[in-house]
Amino acid sequence: MKAFVAVTSALALTLAALPAQAQSTLDAVKSKGFVQCGVNTGLAGFSQPDSKGEWQGLDVDLCRAVAAAVFGDAKKVRYTPLTAQQRFTALQSGEIDILARNTTWTLSRDTSLGLNFAGVNYYDGQGFMVPKKLNVKSAKQLAGATVCVQPGTTTELNLADYFRANNMTFKPVVIEKLEEVTNAYFSGRCDVYTTDVSGLVSVRKSRAQNPADHVILPEVISKEPLGPVVRHGDDKWFDIVKWSLFAMVEAEEQGLSSSNIDQMAGSNNPGVQRFVGASGELGKMLGLDDKWAFNVVKQVGNYGESFDRNLKPLGFDRGINALWTKGGLMYAPPMR
Amino acid sequence: MHYSLRDARFRALVFQVVALGAVLAALAYLVSNTVTNLEARKIASGFGFLAREAGFAIGETTFIVYSAADSYLRALAVGLANTFRVALVGVVLATVVGTLVGLARLSSNWLVSRLATLYVEVLRNVPLLVQLFFWYAIISENLPGPRAALNPLPGVFLSNRGIAVPTLVIESAHAWVLGAFGLGLLLAWRLAVWARRRQARTGQQFHAFWAGLAIALGLPLAVFLGAGAPSALEVPALAGFNFAGGATLTPEFAALLAGLTIYTASFIAEIVRAGVLAVQRGQFEAAYALGLHRNLAMRLVVLPQALRVIVPPLTSQYLNLTKNSSLAVAIGYPDIVSIANTAINQTGQAIEGIAIIMTVYLTISLSISAFMNWYNKRIALVER
Ligand SMILES: N[C@@H](CCC(=O)N[C@@H](CS)C(=O)NCC(=O)O)C(=O)O
Repeated sequence: MKAFVAVTSALALTLAALPAQAQSTLDAVKSKGFVQCGVNTGLAGFSQPDSKGEWQGLDVDLCRAVAAAVFGDAKKVRYTPLTAQQRFTALQSGEIDILARNTTWTLSRDTSLGLNFAGVNYYDGQGFMVPKKLNVKSAKQLAGATVCVQPGTTTELNLADYFRANNMTFKPVVIEKLEEVTNAYFSGRCDVYTTDVSGLVSVRKSRAQNPADHVILPEVISKEPLGPVVRHGDDKWFDIVKWSLFAMVEAEEQGLSSSNIDQMAGSNNPGVQRFVGASGELGKMLGLDDKWAFNVVKQVGNYGESFDRNLKPLGFDRGINALWTKGGLMYAPPMR
Repeated sequence: MHYSLRDARFRALVFQVVALGAVLAALAYLVSNTVTNLEARKIASGFGFLAREAGFAIGETTFIVYSAADSYLRALAVGLANTFRVALVGVVLATVVGTLVGLARLSSNWLVSRLATLYVEVLRNVPLLVQLFFWYAIISENLPGPRAALNPLPGVFLSNRGIAVPTLVIESAHAWVLGAFGLGLLLAWRLAVWARRRQARTGQQFHAFWAGLAIALGLPLAVFLGAGAPSALEVPALAGFNFAGGATLTPEFAALLAGLTIYTASFIAEIVRAGVLAVQRGQFEAAYALGLHRNLAMRLVVLPQALRVIVPPLTSQYLNLTKNSSLAVAIGYPDIVSIANTAINQTGQAIEGIAIIMTVYLTISLSISAFMNWYNKRIALVER
């Protein structure tokens, strides 16, 4: 709460005190020497500090990719852990440069919050998790249930929509911190925990005493395209973040990975030549070094590597997050 | 007054006007900047969102009926009512507990006073947020699920979903009972006035308190029995996941109330103790000399004087309790801050949302201060 007020006040202050001017995020980032990235407070697979205190995860890799593209050094990132409530104000106020925190792309967020979504790094949908012993097989059986949910999420809204559409009632227990809300669920305060299915899988694997005691119901009640977000109005920065993500996807499609990119750089495939900056001026067009995409793949890896490193150990399938060439939705526009 | 800067009064006026102008100009600059910046960044502004459909559900409401199809305004009203509920009950309970503990610390019984000291020292020094988590964990981790709910009294169920109690099925006869109670109170009050006057006149005492109590309770009881004792109860029963019927005190409300009450009571205890100690010993002795025993001396002589010392800091504690209720969001009680936060997040209108929260707390705080100032004036020592 205090943090939230602080962030909000910061927003009010920046909005009130700074005369309107278009500052370039890229210049600001370059002059301070690192990218300030807003992430989750600790969702295994997406963003969580490891035992050495280093942040790991799919969202974290996106921040690192941007740092690699801008500085040629994926380590030049600082992280700001944010709850769902704090995240947008933190971005609007300029406290962070990118928000990479499993955030769903919706029309109202894209427009009225003054934000831009720079693509999708995980296609998801909302689901329900219940203790196995309740013997629930379908979300349609949840009438009258008590449901734990985090505030300020699309989850909260979809939940109300779903029960309304199915003429069922429920009791929400709305708790801001992931830690507390999952505690409430695991202690039995709620019958159901609901969030993005990726969140359910991750929470079940990393926080349940015995993951096998909890089932994720088959219904997926919404579309949750999760992606990185930047402030509206700074197109240059928007492009950089967008293409850093595309570079990871494109690399996977081209078969470029952190282990082979050095030797592939020598190949005479014109597409690869452009990618690694040996020909063309893609980097310059973005306002970056021509080796930007090379650095992303060399230091962070392609999208598939990032997925396998972060999500596979938790039991995630590629599913719809496979490349378009493999029946999934991951698709990067041509890099030329 | 001369219109010259050498005139002190004129000079003061000029300075005030200049200062006021500067403040207004700064304010206007900030507001216009904010508006332009919001515009430039394409962040929505204005209070139009209040009429839009909120779309999120709220776990518990106080008096106001609400569903996800209602407006943000109504959602905020629900939050406000919830804040009022916990603050009001909290203030009353904290005052009672605090007074008891404060007096206990002054007790001549070694054990009682040490226990009271322990209470104050421990609870005053542990952050409230930690205490809230503690109470919430006690309730949600230690109580069984609804299907294995404890059943301490018939119809009362204790589980990690809260305490479900039966409620009375309201009939028209209950209105008469309530009316009889009101009448009884009125009669009891008249009786007390009469007894006081008589004692002043003749010196004879009359047990007005007990007689009054008998009237105030006996009258409605008689009406109740006369109407055939209509006491159909709606008993909570397990239906599906949860208890249905009756009334439920949720774990969130219970934990917040417990935390606020117990924490604030530790401060109130010290205030009460200080207030009593501030009354000179001589006052006690004088009261004993008049033949009053300890309790009467406390009630009639010491407390009225102590109150003058107690009330001003007590006011701050009431304000604190009310403001601290905004920690509710941590344990999921839907108070005004929690609802406004959600509204801010869904609409992106942080400035408006924070303005609403500030207005609400400012209004509540100023009202409490105004009331307590009035009360303080009433009990202040009348100097003759
Ligand atoms: N995708 C949804 C929900 C995102 C969300 O906040 N999910 C939760 C549950 S998995 C989360 O990540 N919590 C982590 C935290 O609060 O740090 C949104 O954008 O509103």
